[in-house]
Amino acid sequence: MNKKFKKTYPDVVSALDGLLFDGMSIMSGGFGACGIADLCIQEIRRLQIKDLTLISNNCGGQFPNRPDEGFGLWTLLKDRLVRRAISSYIGTNKTFEQQYLNKEIELELTPQGTLAERIRAGGAGIPGFYTKTGVGTIIAEGKEHKEFNGETYILETALTADLSIVKAWKGTAEGNLIYRKTARNFNPIMAAAGRVTIAEVEEIVEPGELNPDCIHTPGIYVQRLFEGRAEKIIEQRTVRERAAI
Amino acid sequence: MTWDRNQMAARAANEIRDGYYVNLGIGIPTLVANHIPENMHVTFHSENGMLGVGPFPFEDEVDPDLVNAGKETISELPTSSYFSSAESFGMIRGGHIQVSILGAMEVAENGDLANWMIPGKMVKGIGGAMDLVAGTKRVVIIMDHNTRTGGPKLVHKCTLPLTGQQVVDRVITNLGVFDIVEHGFALVELAPGVKVEEVRKRTEANLIFDGDN
Repeated sequence: MNKKFKKTYPDVVSALDGLLFDGMSIMSGGFGACGIADLCIQEIRRLQIKDLTLISNNCGGQFPNRPDEGFGLWTLLKDRLVRRAISSYIGTNKTFEQQYLNKEIELELTPQGTLAERIRAGGAGIPGFYTKTGVGTIIAEGKEHKEFNGETYILETALTADLSIVKAWKGTAEGNLIYRKTARNFNPIMAAAGRVTIAEVEEIVEPGELNPDCIHTPGIYVQRLFEGRAEKIIEQRTVRERAAI
Repeated sequence: MTWDRNQMAARAANEIRDGYYVNLGIGIPTLVANHIPENMHVTFHSENGMLGVGPFPFEDEVDPDLVNAGKETISELPTSSYFSSAESFGMIRGGHIQVSILGAMEVAENGDLANWMIPGKMVKGIGGAMDLVAGTKRVVIIMDHNTRTGGPKLVHKCTLPLTGQQVVDRVITNLGVFDIVEHGFALVELAPGVKVEEVRKRTEANLIFDGDN
């Protein structure tokens, strides 16, 4: 591959180099702790990039029995680096809930499916769409209403960001990515909606090792990738017992 | 006698038919999966991007990359599939999920639902609830009949911010089963030993019993 177009970087520090600035917007993949680009988040925190607008389903979270500990984007909230967030769920994130109730942070609470579709639309060049979700609730306030076939819908607008940070399982130097199980969630749509997208990949493999029929995110959406494996977090460890034989 | 959490979940399982695709909310609704008859083929949808949700894993199978919408570790089945959040909510919005079973703080007699925040006090956030109630064909609520302090949850009009307008079809509480009909909640079934008088006393909303009108 031509060196000039090289997308792979040796580590998170070099992969994020030159892309971060105060006041920027960042899309961050993941659902709770599952499928987050944790090394990227840790680097943003280390550099104390501030006045951030975060677009993410949960904005990290806290553990039920450890009030002063949290993971993912929660660490940026704790350091007060976040000015505004667009998220669907802030339960299990007391810091987020408190900063919102105290009006220390601007929050655009968005239904999860509307959030996903706004991001998908952003990546696909669709400026807005109509949905039934939220009609008759505070979500619909101030939004255009329109009737289709006798039913009322509201207009929702697309989302893009200065940077998307996504977490993949395997990737190639081309930027082709596959995700693992439910760690996929928001990652593929965010990959497409970032003006620059960085993929934190558990394993970078040789071209040809990924079946072209099974690529989840084609490399066109990914500008930079690096190999990194942050410790994976389990929020709710629920198990069953094996029946005695 | 009133129904306990498991009995409410067992009653809710009767709402499910062979071949259905079903979404279960966090909390008591999750227990519904334990009450599906073995000869019935039901596929559970998890809005974080999975069809064919399996039971909790054995200790040595726990996988941080495999969780349900409540962020609990789960297992996969030979029939499972994974997809993005956009695809997942396309299924919901597109009307492909037959039943959604979820919890609530208040249900009004016109089918309005409130289950995501108490102003100034508690914000859980909306999550997928607004999409689910707007997009799913049938919405069944499982909840306690009253608040912890004994206040009504089946109400004339919701006082809390709405999750959806006229979206609820049926409510299952510890006292019985109620359908949203034209002028209120119609009693479908009482939990064993529960008297109509008790239901009346503990309900604010208009109740319709057989023989009324």
